[in-house]
Amino acid sequence: MSEPELAHAGLNLGPSAELTRDGAENAIFGFWIFLMSDAVIFALLFATYGTMVAGTAGGPTPASEFKLLPAFVETLLLLTSSATFGRASIAMKYAEPRRTLFGWLGATLGLGLTFLALEANDYATMVAHGAVPSRSGFLSAFYALTGLHGLHVAVACFWLVVMVGQVLAYGLDARVKINLLRLGLFWHLLDIVWIAIFSVVYLQGAIR
Amino acid sequence: MNDRRQELTSYAIGYTLSLALTVAAFAAVRWPSVGARATFGVVLVLGVIQMAVQFRCFLHVSLKRSSRHDLQLILFSTLIIALMVSGTLVILFNLRERMM
Repeated sequence: MSEPELAHAGLNLGPSAELTRDGAENAIFGFWIFLMSDAVIFALLFATYGTMVAGTAGGPTPASEFKLLPAFVETLLLLTSSATFGRASIAMKYAEPRRTLFGWLGATLGLGLTFLALEANDYATMVAHGAVPSRSGFLSAFYALTGLHGLHVAVACFWLVVMVGQVLAYGLDARVKINLLRLGLFWHLLDIVWIAIFSVVYLQGAIR
Repeated sequence: MNDRRQELTSYAIGYTLSLALTVAAFAAVRWPSVGARATFGVVLVLGVIQMAVQFRCFLHVSLKRSSRHDLQLILFSTLIIALMVSGTLVILFNLRERMM
């Protein structure tokens, strides 16, 4: 095997980690199990959306509500934030200067918050002309699915701020590194869920 | 620092491929050249490919022995999801058909 220290998927601790490999592997694997159960929730909300999308009750339809451009911009923001987080985990693994790590984490946070602002703006536009969750089954399913994803992104942003605090307070010890790795997995997975959202919700709605 | 360059390359490849697949999916809808059902099929296929790319390049899940456990967990979860989602879709579409 070419890189024995990269012993576990997503485990970028680097060769100098003080924690035993078994402990780190268990910590990360447990988080993977949480992520997969989260994925099950999202998958079932997708299934619900799929059965509800035709139930517009004479109100707003996907074609009238979804615009391609905002969805495209939001996709780019989230995808780029996933890449900048990846760059931050490399900065952590190879013990680059603290400034570099904070720079990439800050960029990730900025992109995440911009994404949330755009999504809130989309919601506000929709609500302004009566496309509220209680209007139809389609809108209930839409808000449940994208709202839960947005909530996840908001929690991840808050978590990122907490992690910056942990790095400042404790330095990059093994525990803080593992926490950052978990946040990284969470962040990357949110982008993967977003792929499904823009494909199934926004693009399907815009197909003529 | 050879490992570092290799990992940077992995993220760069993942980002570039994801970008290309995203643009392709949006372009397929913005300028449709095939029918609606075929377009949706194209979008779904591009989405699944992009998910695989991100699992490989961003989450470092691969066929290497060291990440076998994660791969098995992900594949098992995918099976569970496929069962529950397809079951839900079949039952609820059938229900709606009977209610209409």
